[in-house]
Amino acid sequence: MTAVLEVRGITRRFGALVANEDVTLDLRAGEIHAVIGPNGAGKSTLIAQICGGVTPDAGMIRFLGQDITGANTQARARMGLGRTFQISALAMENSVLDNALLGALGASGRVWRLWHPVLKDRALRERAEDALRRVQLIEFSDARVGDLSHGQRRQLEVAMALTLEPKAFILDEPMAGLSAEGTKELTGLLDTLRQEAPILLVEHDMDVVFALADRITVLDYGRVIATGTVDDIRRNPKVQSAYLGEEA
Amino acid sequence: MTRETLLNTLLMALLIGVPLWAWVADEPFTITLATRAVIFALAAVGLNIALGLGGLVSLGHAVYFGIGGYAMGILAYHAQTYTPLMAWPFVIEGTKFMPVIWLVAMVVSAVVAFVIGLLSLRTSGVYFIMITLAFGQMFYFFTISWPRYGGEDGLSIYVRNGFPGLNTLDPIQFFAICLALLCAVLWLNARIVKSPFGLALGAARQVPQRVETVGLDPFRLKLVALVISGTICGLAGALFADLNRFVSPTMFSWQMSGELIVFIILGGLGRVFGPVAGATLFVLLEHLLGGVSDYFLFYVGLLLLLVVLFTPGGIYGILLGRSKS
Repeated sequence: MTAVLEVRGITRRFGALVANEDVTLDLRAGEIHAVIGPNGAGKSTLIAQICGGVTPDAGMIRFLGQDITGANTQARARMGLGRTFQISALAMENSVLDNALLGALGASGRVWRLWHPVLKDRALRERAEDALRRVQLIEFSDARVGDLSHGQRRQLEVAMALTLEPKAFILDEPMAGLSAEGTKELTGLLDTLRQEAPILLVEHDMDVVFALADRITVLDYGRVIATGTVDDIRRNPKVQSAYLGEEA
Repeated sequence: MTRETLLNTLLMALLIGVPLWAWVADEPFTITLATRAVIFALAAVGLNIALGLGGLVSLGHAVYFGIGGYAMGILAYHAQTYTPLMAWPFVIEGTKFMPVIWLVAMVVSAVVAFVIGLLSLRTSGVYFIMITLAFGQMFYFFTISWPRYGGEDGLSIYVRNGFPGLNTLDPIQFFAICLALLCAVLWLNARIVKSPFGLALGAARQVPQRVETVGLDPFRLKLVALVISGTICGLAGALFADLNRFVSPTMFSWQMSGELIVFIILGGLGRVFGPVAGATLFVLLEHLLGGVSDYFLFYVGLLLLLVVLFTPGGIYGILLGRSKS
Protein backbone atom coordinates (compact mmCIF):
# COMPACT_ATOMS: atom_id res chain seq x y z
CA MET A 1 0.00 0.00 0.00
CA THR A 2 1.19 3.50 -0.74
CA ALA A 3 1.78 5.98 2.04
CA VAL A 4 -0.28 9.15 1.73
CA LEU A 5 1.55 10.79 4.60
CA GLU A 6 5.05 9.91 5.75
CA VAL A 7 6.69 11.21 8.90
CA ARG A 8 10.41 10.42 8.89
CA GLY A 9 12.48 10.77 12.02
CA ILE A 10 11.11 14.08 13.26
CA THR A 11 12.52 15.55 16.42
CA ARG A 12 11.31 18.64 18.22
CA ARG A 13 12.68 20.13 21.41
CA PHE A 14 11.27 22.95 23.49
CA GLY A 15 14.30 24.05 25.48
CA ALA A 16 15.38 21.05 27.51
CA LEU A 17 12.11 19.24 26.90
CA VAL A 18 12.15 16.73 24.06
CA ALA A 19 8.57 16.67 22.79
CA ASN A 20 9.22 14.36 19.84
CA GLU A 21 12.31 12.29 19.28
CA ASP A 22 12.94 10.46 16.01
CA VAL A 23 9.25 9.83 15.36
CA THR A 24 8.55 7.84 12.23
CA LEU A 25 5.14 6.74 11.05
CA ASP A 26 3.11 6.63 7.88
CA LEU A 27 -0.52 6.84 6.90
CA ARG A 28 -1.60 4.55 4.08
CA ALA A 29 -4.52 4.81 1.73
CA GLY A 30 -7.76 3.42 3.13
CA GLU A 31 -6.65 3.04 6.73
CA ILE A 32 -7.28 4.53 10.11
CA HIS A 33 -4.00 4.92 11.90
CA ALA A 34 -4.42 5.71 15.58
CA VAL A 35 -1.78 7.50 17.61
CA ILE A 36 -2.07 6.88 21.33
CA GLY A 37 0.02 7.63 24.36
CA PRO A 38 -0.28 9.09 27.84
CA ASN A 39 -0.68 12.83 28.41
CA GLY A 40 2.52 14.64 27.54
CA ALA A 41 3.69 11.88 25.22
CA GLY A 42 4.05 14.36 22.37
CA LYS A 43 0.90 13.68 20.39
CA SER A 44 -0.12 17.34 20.08
CA THR A 45 3.38 18.38 19.03
CA LEU A 46 3.32 15.65 16.40
CA ILE A 47 -0.02 16.90 15.04
CA ALA A 48 1.25 20.49 15.03
CA GLN A 49 4.27 19.45 12.97
CA ILE A 50 2.17 17.49 10.51
CA CYS A 51 -0.40 20.25 10.03
CA GLY A 52 1.98 23.21 10.26
CA GLY A 53 2.58 25.67 13.05
CA VAL A 54 5.49 23.86 14.66
CA THR A 55 8.63 23.18 12.58
CA PRO A 56 10.62 20.05 13.38
CA ASP A 57 14.25 20.45 14.47
CA ALA A 58 15.15 17.39 12.44
CA GLY A 59 13.46 14.92 10.13
CA MET A 60 10.94 15.42 7.39
CA ILE A 61 7.29 15.12 6.49
CA ARG A 62 6.03 14.07 3.08
CA PHE A 63 2.45 14.37 1.94
CA LEU A 64 1.29 12.90 -1.39
CA GLY A 65 4.94 12.41 -2.28
CA GLN A 66 5.89 16.04 -1.66
CA ASP A 67 8.16 17.33 1.07
CA ILE A 68 5.98 19.63 3.20
CA THR A 69 8.34 20.04 6.15
CA GLY A 70 8.78 23.75 5.42
CA ALA A 71 5.33 24.50 4.01
CA ASN A 72 2.97 26.75 5.97
CA THR A 73 -0.39 25.67 7.36
CA GLN A 74 -2.42 27.17 4.50
CA ALA A 75 -0.38 25.44 1.82
CA ARG A 76 -0.77 22.09 3.58
CA ALA A 77 -4.52 22.62 3.90
CA ARG A 78 -4.77 23.49 0.21
CA MET A 79 -2.87 20.30 -0.64
CA GLY A 80 -5.60 18.36 1.13
CA LEU A 81 -4.75 17.99 4.79
CA GLY A 82 -8.00 18.31 6.74
CA ARG A 83 -7.71 18.61 10.50
CA THR A 84 -9.83 18.96 13.59
CA PHE A 85 -8.70 20.61 16.79
CA GLN A 86 -8.55 19.04 20.21
CA ILE A 87 -10.15 22.19 21.61
CA SER A 88 -12.84 23.34 19.20
CA ALA A 89 -11.64 26.24 17.06
CA LEU A 90 -14.86 27.59 15.62
CA ALA A 91 -16.23 31.04 14.86
CA MET A 92 -18.49 31.17 17.91
CA GLU A 93 -20.40 34.30 16.85
CA ASN A 94 -21.38 32.78 13.51
CA SER A 95 -23.97 30.20 12.60
CA VAL A 96 -23.25 26.52 12.12
CA LEU A 97 -23.78 26.92 8.39
CA ASP A 98 -21.36 29.88 8.27
CA ASN A 99 -18.65 27.74 9.81
CA ALA A 100 -19.24 24.92 7.37
CA LEU A 101 -19.21 27.46 4.53
CA LEU A 102 -15.88 28.75 5.76
CA GLY A 103 -14.46 25.26 5.36
CA ALA A 104 -15.85 24.97 1.85
CA LEU A 105 -14.57 28.45 1.05
CA GLY A 106 -10.94 27.52 1.57
CA ALA A 107 -11.20 24.73 -0.97
CA SER A 108 -13.21 26.76 -3.51
CA GLY A 109 -10.83 29.73 -3.78
CA ARG A 110 -13.77 32.11 -4.05
CA VAL A 111 -12.92 34.03 -0.90
CA TRP A 112 -12.03 37.26 -2.72
CA ARG A 113 -15.59 37.91 -3.81
CA LEU A 114 -16.69 40.96 -1.90
CA TRP A 115 -19.99 41.50 -3.56
CA HIS A 116 -21.83 38.19 -3.83
CA PRO A 117 -23.60 36.93 -0.72
CA VAL A 118 -21.89 33.77 0.42
CA LEU A 119 -25.28 32.16 1.15
CA LYS A 120 -26.24 32.45 -2.51
CA ASP A 121 -23.23 30.51 -3.75
CA ARG A 122 -25.09 27.30 -4.47
CA ALA A 123 -22.09 25.02 -5.02
CA LEU A 124 -20.48 26.21 -1.81
CA ARG A 125 -23.69 25.82 0.11
CA GLU A 126 -24.31 22.32 -1.15
CA ARG A 127 -20.86 21.29 -0.06
CA ALA A 128 -21.33 22.80 3.37
CA GLU A 129 -24.81 21.37 3.90
CA ASP A 130 -23.65 17.98 2.70
CA ALA A 131 -20.98 17.93 5.38
CA LEU A 132 -23.48 19.06 8.04
CA ARG A 133 -25.86 16.32 6.97
CA ARG A 134 -23.16 13.71 7.39
CA VAL A 135 -22.45 14.73 10.98
CA GLN A 136 -26.19 15.15 11.64
CA LEU A 137 -26.03 18.85 12.32
CA ILE A 138 -28.16 19.93 9.37
CA GLU A 139 -31.19 20.85 11.49
CA PHE A 140 -28.94 23.18 13.52
CA SER A 141 -27.69 25.08 10.44
CA ASP A 142 -28.99 28.43 11.66
CA ALA A 143 -27.98 28.04 15.30
CA ARG A 144 -25.16 30.18 16.64
CA VAL A 145 -22.12 28.03 17.35
CA GLY A 146 -21.83 29.70 20.76
CA ASP A 147 -25.22 28.21 21.65
CA LEU A 148 -24.31 24.64 20.64
CA SER A 149 -23.54 21.89 23.12
CA HIS A 150 -19.99 20.70 23.47
CA GLY A 151 -20.78 17.52 21.58
CA GLN A 152 -22.33 19.41 18.69
CA ARG A 153 -19.23 21.57 18.44
CA ARG A 154 -17.14 18.42 18.14
CA GLN A 155 -19.40 17.27 15.31
CA LEU A 156 -19.00 20.64 13.60
CA GLU A 157 -15.22 20.30 13.88
CA VAL A 158 -15.47 17.09 11.88
CA ALA A 159 -17.88 18.68 9.39
CA MET A 160 -15.40 21.49 8.73
CA ALA A 161 -12.71 18.96 7.89
CA LEU A 162 -15.22 17.19 5.62
CA THR A 163 -15.99 20.35 3.63
CA LEU A 164 -12.36 20.48 2.53
CA GLU A 165 -12.77 17.07 0.87
CA PRO A 166 -9.24 16.32 2.02
CA LYS A 167 -6.76 13.71 0.89
CA ALA A 168 -6.03 12.84 4.52
CA PHE A 169 -7.76 13.56 7.81
CA ILE A 170 -5.82 14.47 10.92
CA LEU A 171 -8.28 14.18 13.80
CA ASP A 172 -7.10 15.38 17.20
CA GLU A 173 -9.28 13.68 19.81
CA PRO A 174 -12.57 14.06 17.94
CA MET A 175 -14.43 12.09 20.63
CA ALA A 176 -13.26 14.16 23.59
CA GLY A 177 -16.27 15.02 25.71
CA LEU A 178 -18.84 13.29 23.52
CA SER A 179 -21.72 11.34 25.04
CA ALA A 180 -21.82 7.58 24.61
CA GLU A 181 -24.34 7.98 21.83
CA GLY A 182 -22.35 10.74 20.15
CA THR A 183 -19.25 8.59 20.29
CA LYS A 184 -21.11 5.72 18.67
CA GLU A 185 -22.41 7.90 15.84
CA LEU A 186 -19.05 9.49 15.15
CA THR A 187 -17.35 6.10 15.27
CA GLY A 188 -19.74 4.93 12.57
CA LEU A 189 -18.98 7.99 10.45
CA LEU A 190 -15.22 7.63 10.76
CA ASP A 191 -15.54 3.97 9.84
CA THR A 192 -17.03 4.89 6.46
CA LEU A 193 -14.78 7.90 6.05
CA ARG A 194 -11.58 5.90 5.71
CA GLN A 195 -12.72 4.88 2.22
CA GLU A 196 -12.60 8.54 1.14
CA ALA A 197 -9.33 9.46 2.75
CA PRO A 198 -7.11 7.81 5.35
CA ILE A 199 -7.38 9.07 8.92
CA LEU A 200 -4.64 9.78 11.40
CA LEU A 201 -6.56 9.58 14.65
CA VAL A 202 -5.30 10.82 17.98
CA GLU A 203 -7.70 9.48 20.57
CA HIS A 204 -7.86 8.71 24.27
CA ASP A 205 -10.93 6.50 24.14
CA MET A 206 -9.43 3.01 23.86
CA ASP A 207 -12.71 1.36 22.88
CA VAL A 208 -12.90 3.69 19.89
CA VAL A 209 -9.27 3.09 18.97
CA PHE A 210 -9.59 -0.67 19.13
CA ALA A 211 -12.86 -0.61 17.21
CA LEU A 212 -11.63 1.61 14.39
CA ALA A 213 -7.88 1.44 13.98
CA ASP A 214 -6.20 -0.63 11.31
CA ARG A 215 -2.84 0.18 12.86
CA ILE A 216 -1.77 1.88 16.06
CA THR A 217 1.37 3.83 16.93
CA VAL A 218 2.15 4.30 20.60
CA LEU A 219 4.09 7.33 21.79
CA ASP A 220 5.73 7.62 25.18
CA TYR A 221 8.04 10.44 26.30
CA GLY A 222 8.12 11.67 22.71
CA ARG A 223 9.30 8.39 21.23
CA VAL A 224 7.52 5.69 19.25
CA ILE A 225 7.57 2.61 21.46
CA ALA A 226 5.44 0.44 19.23
CA THR A 227 3.65 0.34 15.87
CA GLY A 228 1.43 -2.44 14.66
CA THR A 229 -2.03 -3.89 14.31
CA VAL A 230 -4.51 -3.77 17.14
CA ASP A 231 -3.56 -7.27 18.24
CA ASP A 232 0.18 -6.51 18.14
CA ILE A 233 -0.36 -3.51 20.37
CA ARG A 234 -2.62 -5.31 22.80
CA ARG A 235 0.01 -7.99 23.26
CA ASN A 236 3.04 -5.69 23.40
CA PRO A 237 4.46 -5.76 26.95
CA LYS A 238 6.15 -2.35 26.58
CA VAL A 239 2.84 -0.78 25.72
CA GLN A 240 1.09 -2.50 28.57
CA SER A 241 3.51 -1.14 31.12
CA ALA A 242 3.74 2.35 29.64
CA TYR A 243 0.16 3.05 28.88
CA LEU A 244 -2.54 0.48 28.99
CA GLY A 245 -1.70 -0.68 32.50
CA GLU A 246 -4.00 -3.31 33.92
CA GLU A 247 -6.78 -2.36 31.49
CA ALA A 248 -5.45 -4.53 28.66
CA MET B 1 -38.76 44.10 9.30
CA THR B 2 -36.42 43.30 12.18
CA ARG B 3 -35.95 45.78 15.00
CA GLU B 4 -32.45 46.50 13.78
CA THR B 5 -33.71 47.41 10.30
CA LEU B 6 -36.33 49.63 11.91
CA LEU B 7 -33.67 51.38 13.95
CA ASN B 8 -31.46 51.81 10.87
CA THR B 9 -34.40 53.33 9.00
CA LEU B 10 -35.20 55.71 11.86
CA LEU B 11 -31.59 56.80 12.04
CA MET B 12 -31.39 57.52 8.32
CA ALA B 13 -34.76 59.27 8.42
CA LEU B 14 -33.39 61.52 11.16
CA LEU B 15 -30.22 62.21 9.17
CA ILE B 16 -32.26 63.16 6.12
CA GLY B 17 -35.24 64.78 7.85
CA VAL B 18 -33.42 67.25 10.09
CA PRO B 19 -31.37 68.87 7.30
CA LEU B 20 -34.46 69.00 5.08
CA TRP B 21 -36.33 70.78 7.83
CA ALA B 22 -33.34 73.10 8.31
CA TRP B 23 -33.31 73.80 4.59
CA VAL B 24 -36.97 74.77 4.61
CA ALA B 25 -36.53 76.78 7.82
CA ASP B 26 -33.38 78.40 6.42
CA GLU B 27 -31.05 77.20 9.17
CA PRO B 28 -27.80 76.56 7.24
CA PHE B 29 -25.83 75.95 10.42
CA THR B 30 -27.92 72.88 11.25
CA ILE B 31 -27.26 71.53 7.77
CA THR B 32 -23.53 72.02 8.28
CA LEU B 33 -23.81 70.17 11.57
CA ALA B 34 -25.60 67.29 9.89
CA THR B 35 -22.97 67.23 7.14
CA ARG B 36 -20.28 67.01 9.81
CA ALA B 37 -22.09 64.04 11.37
CA VAL B 38 -22.44 62.32 8.00
CA ILE B 39 -18.75 62.74 7.18
CA PHE B 40 -17.65 61.48 10.59
CA ALA B 41 -20.05 58.57 10.12
CA LEU B 42 -18.47 57.80 6.75
CA ALA B 43 -14.99 57.68 8.29
CA ALA B 44 -16.22 55.56 11.20
CA VAL B 45 -17.99 53.13 8.86
CA GLY B 46 -14.66 52.81 7.09
CA LEU B 47 -12.82 52.11 10.33
CA ASN B 48 -15.54 49.66 11.35
CA ILE B 49 -14.62 47.34 8.47
CA ALA B 50 -11.16 46.94 9.99
CA LEU B 51 -12.19 47.20 13.64
CA GLY B 52 -15.64 45.65 13.87
CA LEU B 53 -15.31 42.96 11.23
CA GLY B 54 -11.57 42.35 11.18
CA GLY B 55 -10.85 42.99 14.85
CA LEU B 56 -8.01 45.36 13.96
CA VAL B 57 -7.83 48.02 16.68
CA SER B 58 -6.12 50.69 14.63
CA LEU B 59 -5.25 53.84 16.52
CA GLY B 60 -3.90 55.34 13.33
CA HIS B 61 -6.89 55.77 11.06
CA ALA B 62 -6.44 59.53 11.20
CA VAL B 63 -3.62 58.86 8.72
CA TYR B 64 -6.15 58.12 5.97
CA PHE B 65 -8.53 60.85 7.11
CA GLY B 66 -5.64 63.30 6.98
CA ILE B 67 -4.37 62.03 3.63
CA GLY B 68 -7.84 62.61 2.21
CA GLY B 69 -7.82 66.09 3.69
CA TYR B 70 -4.42 66.98 2.31
CA ALA B 71 -5.22 65.45 -1.08
CA MET B 72 -8.06 67.94 -1.28
CA GLY B 73 -5.99 70.76 0.26
CA ILE B 74 -2.95 70.35 -1.97
CA LEU B 75 -4.86 69.87 -5.23
CA ALA B 76 -7.18 72.80 -4.54
CA TYR B 77 -4.33 75.01 -3.32
CA HIS B 78 -2.46 74.56 -6.58
CA ALA B 79 -5.64 75.19 -8.53
CA GLN B 80 -6.42 78.40 -6.66
CA THR B 81 -2.84 79.71 -6.98
CA TYR B 82 -2.55 78.58 -10.61
CA THR B 83 0.72 76.80 -9.90
CA PRO B 84 1.39 73.27 -11.09
CA LEU B 85 1.70 70.58 -8.44
CA MET B 86 4.66 69.16 -10.26
CA ALA B 87 6.51 70.42 -13.31
CA TRP B 88 8.95 67.60 -13.92
CA PRO B 89 9.10 64.94 -15.42
CA PHE B 90 5.54 65.72 -16.43
CA VAL B 91 3.21 68.51 -15.43
CA ILE B 92 0.51 67.82 -12.84
CA GLU B 93 -1.95 70.63 -12.31
CA GLY B 94 -4.10 71.18 -9.26
CA THR B 95 -7.84 70.70 -9.54
CA LYS B 96 -11.08 71.95 -8.02
CA PHE B 97 -13.05 69.01 -9.39
CA MET B 98 -14.42 66.85 -6.56
CA PRO B 99 -14.50 63.44 -8.29
CA VAL B 100 -10.80 63.73 -9.18
CA ILE B 101 -9.95 64.85 -5.64
CA TRP B 102 -11.88 61.90 -4.20
CA LEU B 103 -10.12 59.51 -6.51
CA VAL B 104 -6.69 60.84 -5.56
CA ALA B 105 -7.61 60.78 -1.85
CA MET B 106 -8.79 57.17 -2.10
CA VAL B 107 -5.90 55.87 -4.18
CA VAL B 108 -3.24 57.46 -1.97
CA SER B 109 -5.01 56.24 1.17
CA ALA B 110 -5.23 52.73 -0.26
CA VAL B 111 -1.53 52.65 -1.10
CA VAL B 112 -0.56 53.98 2.33
CA ALA B 113 -2.92 51.52 4.05
CA PHE B 114 -1.31 48.70 2.07
CA VAL B 115 2.20 49.68 3.16
CA ILE B 116 1.21 50.31 6.80
CA GLY B 117 -0.69 47.02 6.77
CA LEU B 118 2.29 45.06 5.43
CA LEU B 119 4.34 46.30 8.36
CA SER B 120 1.80 46.51 11.18
CA LEU B 121 -0.19 43.31 10.57
CA ARG B 122 2.84 41.26 11.51
CA THR B 123 2.05 42.29 15.06
CA SER B 124 -1.14 41.96 17.04
CA GLY B 125 -2.78 43.21 20.22
CA VAL B 126 -1.10 46.12 21.97
CA TYR B 127 1.80 46.13 19.51
CA PHE B 128 -0.57 46.60 16.61
CA ILE B 129 -2.24 49.53 18.39
CA MET B 130 1.15 51.11 19.12
CA ILE B 131 2.52 50.66 15.62
CA THR B 132 -0.58 52.20 14.01
CA LEU B 133 -0.39 55.06 16.51
CA ALA B 134 3.27 55.55 15.60
CA PHE B 135 2.41 55.83 11.90
CA GLY B 136 -0.27 58.39 12.74
CA GLN B 137 2.19 60.49 14.73
CA MET B 138 4.73 60.31 11.89
CA PHE B 139 2.25 61.84 9.47
CA TYR B 140 1.14 64.39 12.07
CA PHE B 141 4.64 65.71 12.75
CA PHE B 142 5.60 65.54 9.10
CA THR B 143 2.75 67.87 8.09
CA ILE B 144 3.51 70.21 10.99
CA SER B 145 7.07 70.62 9.75
CA TRP B 146 6.19 70.88 6.05
CA PRO B 147 6.04 74.66 5.41
CA ARG B 148 5.12 74.35 1.75
CA TYR B 149 1.52 73.53 2.61
CA GLY B 150 1.08 75.72 5.66
CA GLY B 151 2.84 73.59 8.26
CA GLU B 152 1.14 73.93 11.62
CA ASP B 153 -1.23 76.63 10.35
CA GLY B 154 -2.76 74.41 7.72
CA LEU B 155 -4.15 75.37 4.33
CA SER B 156 -7.21 77.47 3.61
CA ILE B 157 -9.18 76.87 0.44
CA TYR B 158 -11.32 79.86 -0.43
CA VAL B 159 -14.00 78.32 -2.58
CA ARG B 160 -15.47 74.84 -2.11
CA ASN B 161 -14.58 72.41 -4.89
CA GLY B 162 -17.08 71.73 -7.61
CA PHE B 163 -19.24 68.82 -8.58
CA PRO B 164 -20.80 68.70 -12.07
CA GLY B 165 -24.41 69.83 -12.06
CA LEU B 166 -24.46 70.92 -8.42
CA ASN B 167 -23.76 74.11 -6.52
CA THR B 168 -21.57 72.75 -3.74
CA LEU B 169 -21.58 76.06 -1.84
CA ASP B 170 -25.25 75.52 -1.15
CA PRO B 171 -25.14 73.62 2.19
CA ILE B 172 -28.03 71.29 1.34
CA GLN B 173 -26.46 70.28 -1.96
CA PHE B 174 -23.10 69.55 -0.39
CA PHE B 175 -24.93 67.63 2.32
CA ALA B 176 -26.68 65.57 -0.34
CA ILE B 177 -23.34 64.62 -1.90
CA CYS B 178 -21.95 63.48 1.46
CA LEU B 179 -25.11 61.58 2.33
CA ALA B 180 -25.15 59.81 -1.04
CA LEU B 181 -21.56 58.70 -0.51
CA LEU B 182 -22.37 57.51 3.01
CA CYS B 183 -25.30 55.46 1.69
CA ALA B 184 -23.13 53.94 -1.04
CA VAL B 185 -20.47 52.96 1.49
CA LEU B 186 -23.04 51.56 3.91
CA TRP B 187 -24.41 49.46 1.09
CA LEU B 188 -20.93 48.26 0.18
CA ASN B 189 -20.29 47.47 3.83
CA ALA B 190 -23.52 45.46 4.12
CA ARG B 191 -22.56 43.49 1.01
CA ILE B 192 -19.06 42.81 2.36
CA VAL B 193 -20.44 41.53 5.67
CA LYS B 194 -22.52 38.94 3.80
CA SER B 195 -19.84 38.05 1.26
CA PRO B 196 -17.41 35.13 1.39
CA PHE B 197 -14.67 37.66 2.16
CA GLY B 198 -16.66 39.05 5.11
CA LEU B 199 -17.26 35.56 6.47
CA ALA B 200 -13.58 34.68 6.23
CA LEU B 201 -12.51 38.01 7.74
CA GLY B 202 -14.90 37.62 10.67
CA ALA B 203 -13.55 34.12 11.24
CA ALA B 204 -9.97 35.40 11.02
CA ARG B 205 -10.83 37.77 13.87
CA GLN B 206 -12.28 34.99 16.01
CA VAL B 207 -10.20 31.91 15.18
CA PRO B 208 -7.18 32.65 12.97
CA GLN B 209 -5.82 29.12 13.41
CA ARG B 210 -9.04 27.70 11.92
CA VAL B 211 -8.88 30.04 8.95
CA GLU B 212 -5.37 28.81 8.23
CA THR B 213 -6.38 25.16 8.44
CA VAL B 214 -9.05 25.63 5.79
CA GLY B 215 -6.33 26.97 3.52
CA LEU B 216 -6.91 30.72 3.83
CA ASP B 217 -4.39 33.36 4.83
CA PRO B 218 -5.58 35.58 7.73
CA PHE B 219 -2.80 38.09 6.98
CA ARG B 220 -4.05 38.73 3.44
CA LEU B 221 -7.66 38.92 4.58
CA LYS B 222 -6.77 41.55 7.18
CA LEU B 223 -4.58 43.44 4.75
CA VAL B 224 -7.41 43.74 2.24
CA ALA B 225 -9.77 44.82 5.04
CA LEU B 226 -7.32 47.51 6.10
CA VAL B 227 -6.96 48.80 2.53
CA ILE B 228 -10.75 49.02 2.05
CA SER B 229 -11.08 50.67 5.43
CA GLY B 230 -8.32 53.21 4.75
CA THR B 231 -9.74 54.04 1.33
CA ILE B 232 -13.12 54.94 2.83
CA CYS B 233 -11.48 57.07 5.54
CA GLY B 234 -9.52 58.85 2.82
CA LEU B 235 -12.73 59.74 1.03
CA ALA B 236 -14.23 61.00 4.29
CA GLY B 237 -11.13 63.12 4.88
CA ALA B 238 -11.45 64.81 1.47
CA LEU B 239 -15.09 65.65 2.22
CA PHE B 240 -14.26 66.92 5.71
CA ALA B 241 -11.63 69.28 4.31
CA ASP B 242 -14.14 70.47 1.73
CA LEU B 243 -16.76 71.05 4.42
CA ASN B 244 -14.40 73.29 6.41
CA ARG B 245 -12.57 74.61 3.34
CA PHE B 246 -9.56 74.16 5.54
CA VAL B 247 -7.09 71.39 6.26
CA SER B 248 -4.52 71.25 9.04
CA PRO B 249 -2.30 68.67 10.77
CA THR B 250 -5.01 68.12 13.43
CA MET B 251 -6.72 65.84 10.90
CA PHE B 252 -3.73 63.52 11.41
CA SER B 253 -3.76 63.79 15.21
CA TRP B 254 -4.19 60.72 17.39
CA GLN B 255 -7.24 62.36 18.97
CA MET B 256 -8.90 62.06 15.57
CA SER B 257 -8.07 58.34 15.44
CA GLY B 258 -9.42 57.98 18.95
CA GLU B 259 -12.63 59.81 18.14
CA LEU B 260 -13.30 57.44 15.24
CA ILE B 261 -13.02 54.51 17.64
CA VAL B 262 -15.30 56.34 20.10
CA PHE B 263 -17.97 56.73 17.38
CA ILE B 264 -17.93 52.98 16.81
CA ILE B 265 -18.05 52.06 20.49
CA LEU B 266 -20.82 54.58 21.22
CA GLY B 267 -22.89 53.32 18.31
CA GLY B 268 -22.29 49.62 18.58
CA LEU B 269 -19.29 47.56 17.58
CA GLY B 270 -19.77 45.24 14.64
CA ARG B 271 -23.07 46.71 13.44
CA VAL B 272 -23.14 48.22 9.97
CA PHE B 273 -25.09 51.30 11.13
CA GLY B 274 -23.48 51.50 14.59
CA PRO B 275 -20.83 54.05 13.59
CA VAL B 276 -23.52 56.26 12.02
CA ALA B 277 -25.43 56.36 15.31
CA GLY B 278 -22.23 57.00 17.25
CA ALA B 279 -21.01 59.81 15.01
CA THR B 280 -24.43 61.48 15.03
CA LEU B 281 -24.64 61.31 18.81
CA PHE B 282 -21.13 62.71 19.13
CA VAL B 283 -21.81 65.69 16.86
CA LEU B 284 -25.07 66.31 18.70
CA LEU B 285 -23.32 66.28 22.08
CA GLU B 286 -20.49 68.39 20.72
CA HIS B 287 -23.04 70.98 19.67
CA LEU B 288 -25.36 70.84 22.69
CA LEU B 289 -22.76 70.48 25.44
CA GLY B 290 -20.15 72.56 23.64
CA GLY B 291 -22.44 75.54 24.15
CA VAL B 292 -22.85 74.80 27.86
CA SER B 293 -19.33 73.94 28.87
CA ASP B 294 -15.82 74.23 27.46
CA TYR B 295 -15.20 70.81 28.91
CA PHE B 296 -17.79 68.97 26.86
CA LEU B 297 -15.33 66.17 26.13
CA PHE B 298 -15.38 65.40 29.84
CA TYR B 299 -19.06 64.55 29.53
CA VAL B 300 -18.47 62.55 26.37
CA GLY B 301 -15.81 60.63 28.28
CA LEU B 302 -18.24 59.99 31.10
CA LEU B 303 -20.83 58.74 28.64
CA LEU B 304 -18.27 56.51 26.97
CA LEU B 305 -17.32 55.07 30.33
CA LEU B 306 -20.94 54.27 31.10
CA VAL B 307 -21.45 52.68 27.69
CA VAL B 308 -18.35 50.51 27.96
CA LEU B 309 -19.13 49.46 31.53
CA PHE B 310 -22.83 48.81 31.30
CA THR B 311 -23.83 48.39 27.65
CA PRO B 312 -21.04 46.87 25.59
CA GLY B 313 -23.30 46.97 22.53
CA GLY B 314 -23.42 50.79 22.41
CA ILE B 315 -26.62 52.59 21.37
CA TYR B 316 -27.63 49.62 19.26
CA GLY B 317 -27.04 47.33 22.20
CA ILE B 318 -29.23 49.46 24.49
CA LEU B 319 -32.09 49.64 22.01
CA LEU B 320 -31.94 46.08 20.71
CA GLY B 321 -30.85 44.12 23.74
CA ARG B 322 -27.87 41.82 23.71
CA SER B 323 -25.88 42.10 20.50
CA LYS B 324 -26.62 39.35 18.05
CA SER B 325 -23.04 38.88 17.04
